[in-house]
Amino acid sequence: MPQKPLLRLLTCGAVDDGKSTLIGRLLHDAGLIAEDTLATLAGDSRRHGTTGADVDLALLTDGLEAERQQGITIDVAWRYFATPARHFILADCPGHPQHTRNMATGAARADLAILLVDARAGLLPQTYRHAAICALFGIRHLVVGINKLDLLDFDQAVFERIAAEARAMAAALAIPHLAAIPHLVVIPLSARHGDNVAHPSARIPWYAGPTLLHHLETITIDETATEKPFRFPIQWVNRRDETFRGLAGTVASGRIALGDPVTVATSGATAPLARILGPGGDQPEAQDGDAVTLVVAAPLDCARGDLLAPPTARPNVADQFAAHLLWTDDAPLLPGRQYRMRLGTTWTTASVTTIKHRLDPQTQAHEAATTLSANEIGLCTLAAATPLAFDAYATNRATGAFILVNRDTNRTAAAGMIAHPLRRATNIHPEAYPVDKQARGVALRQRPLVLWFTGLSASGKTTVAKLVEQHLYHAGCHTFALDGDNLRHGLNRDLGFTPRDRVENIRRAGEVAKLMVEAGLIVLASFISPYRAERRLVREMLAPGEFVEIFMDTPLDLCAARDPKGLYARARRGEIPNFTGINSPYEPPESPDLTLDGQSPPETLARQVLAHILPRITGEA
Amino acid sequence: MPLPPHLRRLEAEAIAILRETLASFRAPALLYSIGKDSSVLLHLAQKAFAPAAIPFPLLHIATGWDFAEMLAFRDRRAAELGAHLLVHTNPDGLARGISPITHGSRLHMDTMGTEALKQALDLHAIDAAIGGARRDEEKSRAKERIFSPRTQGHAWDPRSQRPEFWTLFNTSLGPGETMRVFPLSDWTELDIWTYIAAEGIPVVPLYFAAPRPVLRRAGALIVRDDDRMPLAPGETPETLWVRFRTMGDWPLTGAHESRAATPAQILAELAIARTSERHGRLIDHDQDAAMERKKREGYF
Repeated sequence: MPQKPLLRLLTCGAVDDGKSTLIGRLLHDAGLIAEDTLATLAGDSRRHGTTGADVDLALLTDGLEAERQQGITIDVAWRYFATPARHFILADCPGHPQHTRNMATGAARADLAILLVDARAGLLPQTYRHAAICALFGIRHLVVGINKLDLLDFDQAVFERIAAEARAMAAALAIPHLAAIPHLVVIPLSARHGDNVAHPSARIPWYAGPTLLHHLETITIDETATEKPFRFPIQWVNRRDETFRGLAGTVASGRIALGDPVTVATSGATAPLARILGPGGDQPEAQDGDAVTLVVAAPLDCARGDLLAPPTARPNVADQFAAHLLWTDDAPLLPGRQYRMRLGTTWTTASVTTIKHRLDPQTQAHEAATTLSANEIGLCTLAAATPLAFDAYATNRATGAFILVNRDTNRTAAAGMIAHPLRRATNIHPEAYPVDKQARGVALRQRPLVLWFTGLSASGKTTVAKLVEQHLYHAGCHTFALDGDNLRHGLNRDLGFTPRDRVENIRRAGEVAKLMVEAGLIVLASFISPYRAERRLVREMLAPGEFVEIFMDTPLDLCAARDPKGLYARARRGEIPNFTGINSPYEPPESPDLTLDGQSPPETLARQVLAHILPRITGEA
Repeated sequence: MPLPPHLRRLEAEAIAILRETLASFRAPALLYSIGKDSSVLLHLAQKAFAPAAIPFPLLHIATGWDFAEMLAFRDRRAAELGAHLLVHTNPDGLARGISPITHGSRLHMDTMGTEALKQALDLHAIDAAIGGARRDEEKSRAKERIFSPRTQGHAWDPRSQRPEFWTLFNTSLGPGETMRVFPLSDWTELDIWTYIAAEGIPVVPLYFAAPRPVLRRAGALIVRDDDRMPLAPGETPETLWVRFRTMGDWPLTGAHESRAATPAQILAELAIARTSERHGRLIDHDQDAAMERKKREGYF
């Protein structure tokens, strides 16, 4: 009998529903645990076990010291096993809500999920959350195992009631732009004693369906990535020497044969395929999952990060799109903040522009939200720094998935599934004018710049900026001053001082400064701008060298002593929430262009600034 | 012998991980332990970058207690492949005369294994170390990501690993941090031998059964590779047909009795084996959660 294809699956469900025990039982009853491992397990059970005199099979997968001490699963454990019928890669996922991101790690590549339910407890909030995450990641086969029925004397009525609830849950999982889970099987179990795991149970005469193992061995996964359009993210360009240029990567979907034309999605450039090199040498064709090196018959301008597709079935190309996010970072999502984004083999930066809604996994309700915290799911719109080639996740898991990375910590901040491109992104093209920034700079006889003063309230930013502007004016320069307080009276009057509003405040100020620079002006911007990420955002809006970060390094005590507006006194009395330096953080620049000692006289500081910038304005530096 | 479909899939995935490492890091290196997993890794690297040569160096941490046959095999393979081979031994440990026999396995492995590896990574400014570890070997390894970052001091924090979604690996590193990369994460011992047999990959002859001089120590069969291991009064090594299931320093690695002398015979032996692969590794039994402790401190 030919083997069924490799099955990737996960076990999930709430804490204490018996996931690790089930896997231990599955491996044990299938005869797949080595004798010395079993002996070690017996020792571990005496030390950490929770099953009295019996061997605690959960300890087989709970491999971290902390897990064994606490008796819970923290991170996903991978298990590999094979029966004569099939090879399996199984992810044993944690149930604790705090570790949902680790559960999602197991779900991302799985074709099937076993969702365990403790028969005594029924469906719990975490059961719903895990079911929603499985649906979000596009898992189409769900097995609900109703476990611990031995503790209820294998009561059929309990099983039928929970099974009906599980079916209702799966039917209600209608995440917009994603298909519901179409295939559902419910199996009564006792993982601890092995009923219906690998062997049918005489204690459940009322159940006529398959055992869990039999179901896993025989199920057909109807994923047909081979039938989808050809997609090939270029991973690495192999330039052995001048005579060889190969495009190395893994076919994400579809198939390709020698002579077929391939198109670079973002540029439209096309060339026919001349060679396909696989692990065994030249081959006439390749299909999804194959790691190959493609050689094209004509020069083709492309590199790592480009996506190859057939000229007749191209992906979307856009820089704005709607997507579901599963937030995984401990730092909550801040709309407007820049994150590193990886889609296929492309890295770019992107920000969330709006949160359309947050999803309540239990009720499927769409809630209004201004942020997403760790383990929450939301539908968002995003804007990327560069145009991206992608498909909707529902039609192609390989080209519709992305991750976001926190730029400060390098932590993986979110898993994303693209719903659709935004129409405004595909129909708006920037207009180029012949009189540009350079032309205006020549007319004004200066190089435009942004002098960005950052520092605590009352640190002296505005005082020094005013002096610098006066000197520049007398030197014949064309300037404009932007001030946080002034902008908040007009353009930004809808914004407060929450972290989210602070990000938007600086984004708008940056856009205004950028327009001024386009107009050829020297901009003096004074903003507390407490976050590094947003100062970097403004820096990246501008051309290299146009952004001069000036750090007003004034001790908090001195600022508070000056307190010209009485704000520190009020903040310390608790009358002002989110006041920088008191109850809201300030992140000093790591490598500012200029650091000013706020304890020196303002005129001295203004001259330091002038000495630094005058050569740049006149073009001598 | 054609590859079974699941192994063709694992081969493609491992090749993709190797290419990803090359494309994403400044100075990757392949941790070459001379064992069977390293041999498979080397074979996959040849395929991943063909027709170009393997574009990064091989790094071997020599503890001073490697089997002589392993060192000979290492030099032969590196020469055949035209590979750039880096060999590092902890000079401080060498000067102190650290030995598994007089200092015990734990101090020996910490000094000549873990510490030496960290020195070599720093010395050669390697920012991504590719290793042949598999998740089916041991419980704490079963928990590790494919791209697994290390702190500036090469430590692993298993309690707060980055989630790893699809094959969209997060290869970002902060200053001084390094990455460990495990292309064989999803392979099993059986997969490795099936692949070796199908592809005809050369491995150290110690994996194959032969008559060898054996001492019985703490229930393990130790093949005495040289006379640094003292004999008990009146003790003489007995000659037994043995082979190794896993490679390590010879005083710390137990052999088992076997007549399996080809990859096909090894596969037949594994099909009925009732003990796990690392059973013969004395260093894993130092203490509860020994592997996790070693990994946290930087061991591969």
